Amino acid sequence: MAAFKPIATTRSATGVLTSKLAVWWLLASEVVIFGGVLCSYLMHRIAHPEWAAYAAHTNEWIGLTNTFVLLSSSLTAVLAHNAAEREDGPLAARWLLATVGGACLFLMIKSFEWYTEISHGYTISANGFWSFYYTAAGIHASHVIAGGLIMLWVANTARKNEELHRVENVGLYWHFVDIVWIFLFPLLYIAK
Amino acid sequence: MIQSLIEPVSTYAGEVDFLFLLITVIVMPWFFLAEGMFFWLMWRFRYQEDQPAMYVTGNEPELKRWITVPHAMIIVLDLVLIAGAIRVWYMIKQDLPEPHETVRVIAQQWAWGFVHPGPDGLLDTEDDIEIADELHVQVGEVYHYQLESRDVLHNFSVPVFRLKQDALPGRRITGWFEATKTGVHDIQCAEMCGIGHGIMAARLFIHTPEEYQAWVDSHAPQQASAR
Amino acid sequence: MSSQPTVEHGHEEHGHEHHHEPAFIEKYIFPLDHKYIAMQYLLTGMFMAVFGGFFVYAFRLQLAFPGISVPLYGTVSPTEYNALVTNHGSVMIFWVAMPVLIAAFGNFLIPLMIGADDMVFPKLNRLSYQIFLASVVVLIVSWLVPGGGFGGAWTAYPPLSAKAQYSLTPLGSTLWLVAVALEFVAFLIGGINFITTAMNSRAPGMGAKDVPMVVWMICIASIMFMASVGPLIAGAVMLLFDQNLGTGFFDPDKGGDPILWQHLFWFFGHPEVYVVLLPATGIVAEIITVFSRKKLFGYQTILYTAIATGVLSFFVWAHHQFVAGIDPRMANVFTITTVLISIPIAEMMFLYIATLYGGSIRFTTPMLWALSFIAEFLIGGVTGIWLGASGMDIYFHDTYFVIAHFHYTFFPIAFIGTFAALSFWFPKMFGRMMDETLGKIHFWGTIIALNFIFIPLFVLGAAGQHRRIYNYNHYPELSTPDLQSLRVLATVSLLVLIAFQFVFLFNFFWSMFRGEKAPANPWRSTTLEWTTPSPPGHGNWSPNDMPRVYRGPYEYSVPGRDEDYWPQNQPS
Ligand code: HEA
Ligand code: HEA
Ligand code: CUA
Ligand SMILES: [Cu+2]
Repeated sequence: MAAFKPIATTRSATGVLTSKLAVWWLLASEVVIFGGVLCSYLMHRIAHPEWAAYAAHTNEWIGLTNTFVLLSSSLTAVLAHNAAEREDGPLAARWLLATVGGACLFLMIKSFEWYTEISHGYTISANGFWSFYYTAAGIHASHVIAGGLIMLWVANTARKNEELHRVENVGLYWHFVDIVWIFLFPLLYIAK
Repeated sequence: MIQSLIEPVSTYAGEVDFLFLLITVIVMPWFFLAEGMFFWLMWRFRYQEDQPAMYVTGNEPELKRWITVPHAMIIVLDLVLIAGAIRVWYMIKQDLPEPHETVRVIAQQWAWGFVHPGPDGLLDTEDDIEIADELHVQVGEVYHYQLESRDVLHNFSVPVFRLKQDALPGRRITGWFEATKTGVHDIQCAEMCGIGHGIMAARLFIHTPEEYQAWVDSHAPQQASAR
Repeated sequence: MSSQPTVEHGHEEHGHEHHHEPAFIEKYIFPLDHKYIAMQYLLTGMFMAVFGGFFVYAFRLQLAFPGISVPLYGTVSPTEYNALVTNHGSVMIFWVAMPVLIAAFGNFLIPLMIGADDMVFPKLNRLSYQIFLASVVVLIVSWLVPGGGFGGAWTAYPPLSAKAQYSLTPLGSTLWLVAVALEFVAFLIGGINFITTAMNSRAPGMGAKDVPMVVWMICIASIMFMASVGPLIAGAVMLLFDQNLGTGFFDPDKGGDPILWQHLFWFFGHPEVYVVLLPATGIVAEIITVFSRKKLFGYQTILYTAIATGVLSFFVWAHHQFVAGIDPRMANVFTITTVLISIPIAEMMFLYIATLYGGSIRFTTPMLWALSFIAEFLIGGVTGIWLGASGMDIYFHDTYFVIAHFHYTFFPIAFIGTFAALSFWFPKMFGRMMDETLGKIHFWGTIIALNFIFIPLFVLGAAGQHRRIYNYNHYPELSTPDLQSLRVLATVSLLVLIAFQFVFLFNFFWSMFRGEKAPANPWRSTTLEWTTPSPPGHGNWSPNDMPRVYRGPYEYSVPGRDEDYWPQNQPS
């Protein structure tokens, strides 16, 4: 089915592509969601110095590895964007798949990490710190999953050289997911 | 104006009632002016054969004045209003005078516990008088209250005092009041606290010093055990 | 909905392979056309308004005549009372005001007024409605589960809302929260669509100053919503975990803090009241200009006041928490910001009033509604000042003075604004005119009854009557015959008001099918939506004849012209 578009979608009074504009607004709304979580966490963290002891049980090496995985996947997202700029849809699709691979790796490492922590008794209801730990990272992980799924879908259209602008849009989203992690990592793992 | 609906019975109740009047005097003239102007314009510029509409953008200086001048005046009045509000707030919530006695108010679903200091005038001693749903105080003395909650949020509200304060689990909040007149009044819970929120009532008894002494004597724990 | 397009629509934008009108299911059940999605939102909102109205009917009768068996409902137990109040408030704000004012009119008006054929993302638009519909279903289910609907007030303060052992509505509270969260997601998606559409898809020639005020207002409101709801979405997740996973974000025993929820809630909750206010004021702007044949007085200044209100509204939230146990010094800061917000709003109202100056005012039904919006909203706005004064709010907090204050803002917004908009755009929506006589009967019946409901509530509040209490007999100072007769007056007036709503419902549905056929531009208005047939066909204009814009939206009574209006799309 040929994708249809209303005339409205093809206009661009601001000079920015409509879909890109929408992604920026989406990110703006996501920023405040994570902002809410992080502000709440910081307020509690400052009020409870004893949480530092709980935070000591997190494994910053795993966190660091995951940071590295996400950063690399951002790089492949950039490469996908480059390929799309050159109108090389199949290549862009391959780079996107690589990015999805990064997302999967991230999630696998995360599952392993959570599995060990939970088996040590650090569950979400153990105390305030662990509640925030799982909630903040969990909301982030759900964004990783969503991003992965969207990238699969975009890769599928890009492969056919269609809608190549989506490659950049999903890349923007992916960088955002990455940046959120850059905030979460020090706050949850390093601040002790 | 409020005092005609409900008696003021604390030292600061009069201040709150005065603040009400102050705000009324500041705000209501503007309100009536705005509404009056509005209805007059509606009447004056109703559709008439021989009166076509004018073309006005709102940038004409002689017309714009009608907006900017009130605008500036409202800013000034707002400052008066803020000063009045903060003064009363400071008096009730921030500046606690030295207490004659302290009572503890414990809220829980759906009853009030009041701990009176008893004959020795001190809380947390043997002779404290604990009683449900009745608060007894003396007229003309400064009291502190220590407000606690055992479960959810409640709100200690004494309308005749013009006093209201949320009770939070895990916290003890201190405030003050001084009654000016003897009598019996309502205490209510003013924060949604579940099914029994609507019946979470207590009574406030304001006694003369003699009556109060008699009440303390008849309720202090020794008497209770002696009987 | 009966008579259908006169416009060609064979162009490429058509959603599906076939070149005929979309089949019934596609058109009415899963439409992509913004106009039909608007109808879906409108009808769902009206459907929910009936629930919101029915709840208030049940609990007001209980207040006036404690213990009676309410006709069509039965006796109201304390548990049920709480659930009725909570769901009345939630429904009216989240499932009536938001979907009708923002989603329905936003959807209907934005593309038409900016000269576009649809929203930029029709599928996202449809998705937004479907999520909204899911939230409606979840909410209705929450009333029916064992234990009954959630009764912890629309503000849902924990620990009451967080623990089933306190609220005694284990399922009700969770489903209520899920419904609210879904609704937020629906409006986030819708909002992104609105904003990008208005930013990018304006007709050629339409600059920022040529955008009709209501489009501006809906977009500013959407941005405010987007910027304020995030923390509450996070808060909702946290509360959901507290309810079901045993976390303690808001539980002091586990190192949590119940006040945190209040901050998250009101950081959203206060901007939210302006989120619904702004679209209503936008609607009023469109109507008063048309029926006084005047240019809007100070278009740009109105825009600035709206933006100023929007920005300031993010700094006043703790005025709902003056006595909630926050640091008392913080109250002073929030008193200042709260009282200051009166300045842009006062200015906006003054500018609206000034718009009448030099006009030629025709008191049609939409105009009556628009004018009464201003008159009634001023009462609600002004009484906010007493509440904003921290010292005064110690006494007024959680009394009926607050109730009366916000109903004088919300009723004008949610109902008066909607009635104004419906009677004004009805011809465009359905291609037929509403009946003027019935419209006026409905207007006078509603407005008079309205004041008799809420003026008594101010008095009751000033006498110290608290909210959310199912029966005042336990409070000797509040159960005097004088006060009880005020309660009866308010309730009886409500019954009168409800009776007059049947006039509206009759007028609405009758006119939809039997009303007089509407011309394209019945009010002789300048904005673009009036340049297409009533109702507009698929795609709004024919694709090779999309409008172009030459001037601002309010060029009425321009000197030296024969006609007293100068449509935006007319080359000079
Ligand atoms: C759309 C709805 C709406 C709107 C527009 C407003 C507008 C305002 N509100 Fe209201 N408010 C609510 C909805 C709304 N509110 C709700 C729902 C609640 C209760 C929630 C709950 O607890 O359940 C509430 C509660 C509430 C409280 C908390 C009360 C309490 O619980 O203790 C306060 C306190 O400051 C407040 C203040 C204000 C102020 C200062 C304005 C201002 O924006 C008003 C500004 C307008 C004017 C001032 C009028 C025009 C000006 C003039 C005519 C000039 C003259 C003026 C001066 C000289 C100052 N509101
Ligand atoms: C938009 C918001 C809104 C609206 C419009 C209303 C409308 C009304 N409200 Fe409500 N109310 C709230 C929001 C609203 N309310 C909130 C947030 C609370 C606080 C809840 C809490 O404490 O948790 C509250 C609480 C509240 C209380 C306090 C209860 C208590 O604390 O014990 C009372 C008491 O009288 C009350 C009364 C009324 C009345 C009489 C109306 C009447 O004006 C209603 C009249 C309307 C109808 C009868 C419906 C008619 C419908 C149609 C005709 C269908 C057509 C519809 C369209 C075209 C859209 N409301
Ligand atoms: Cu305790 Cu309400
Ligand atoms: Cu507010």
